[in-house]
Amino acid sequence: MLSSGGGSDSCSKDMAVELGDEPHVLVVDDSLIDRKLVERLLKNSSCKVTTAENALRAVNYLRLGNDTLEGTVSEVNMIITDYCMPGMTGYELLKKIKESSVLKEVPVVIMSSDNIPTRINQCLEEGAKMFMLKPLTRSDVKQLKWHLMKCRS
Amino acid sequence: MDLIQLQRQLVDYRTSLYHEGFLDEQFTQLQSLQDENNPDFVVEVVSLFFEDSERLLNELSKALEQQIIDFKRMDAQVHQLKGSSSSIGAHRVQKLCIVFRNYCEVHNVEGCLKCLQQVKHEYGIIKTKLESMFQLEQQILNAGGSIPV
Repeated sequence: MLSSGGGSDSCSKDMAVELGDEPHVLVVDDSLIDRKLVERLLKNSSCKVTTAENALRAVNYLRLGNDTLEGTVSEVNMIITDYCMPGMTGYELLKKIKESSVLKEVPVVIMSSDNIPTRINQCLEEGAKMFMLKPLTRSDVKQLKWHLMKCRS
Repeated sequence: MDLIQLQRQLVDYRTSLYHEGFLDEQFTQLQSLQDENNPDFVVEVVSLFFEDSERLLNELSKALEQQIIDFKRMDAQVHQLKGSSSSIGAHRVQKLCIVFRNYCEVHNVEGCLKCLQQVKHEYGIIKTKLESMFQLEQQILNAGGSIPV
C-alpha cells in the first residue's frame, strides 16, 4: 500500500538518474530482517544499496548538519526509512533531511508496519515522497524505481 | 523415497502450511527473492527470525516476572516480534502479537501472560515446520534435484 506526497516533482540535474546508472538508495531500519529484505528487493531492481541501523548513523553517513561535507558522500538518490526506531524516529530524520539545503531534494520514503492515518499525513505533510506499509513487496519497489527514474531529463 | 516423491511431499507440505494459516503471502515474496546468486536467502532470513524471536520471548518472560511490569518496554518488544513475523510471513505469530499489544496497552497482566504462552506455542510450531521444510529441501538438493516453486 502506497501513499504519495504532493509537492514539487521537479528534479535538479544532480538528482536525475542517468540512463544506465544504478540509483543509490539509503535504507534506514533498526530491524536486521527488514534491512536485509529491503536491500535484496532493491538490489534485485538494480539499485545500489547502503543500509543504516538507526537514524543517527544515517545522519552521520549523510553528513547532515555539516555544511562543508553535506552532499559529498556517494550521491544518494533516495532514502527509505522506517518510522519507529529507537532514539531518532524516521519522522525526525525526515525533518532533518528537509532542513538541509543540499539534501532536501532527495526523495524520502517512510515505511511502517502500522497503518495510522495521522502518522501517514504527518509524514506526507513534512515532505515525505511516499508512505509505505511493511513488509515491502516487489510491486512497491517497482513504484519506487518509477519515481526515481521519472526524474530523468 | 525417490526424487519425484520428495518433491511432491515438499509441495504438499508447503501448501498445507499456507492452507492452515501458518504462512501467508509474504513467505512467497521471500522465496521469490532467492535465486542462484542468493541461494540461501530464505534460510538466512528465517534463521534471523528464529534468533530474534527467541531473544524477544525470553525478554518478555522476564518482564512479566518482575514486581513492577514495564508495559511500555514490553509493547516495544512485541512490536518488534510482530514486525519480524510479518516480514517472513509467520501469519499466526503475527496475529497473536496484535492481540498481545492490545493487552500491553491496557496493562492487562493476565491477558499478557496468556498471550505470551500462546505466542511461544505458535512460535514453537512454526519453527518446527519451517525446519522440517528446509530439511526436505536439503534432501531434494542432495538427491540432485531442484526445489519446485
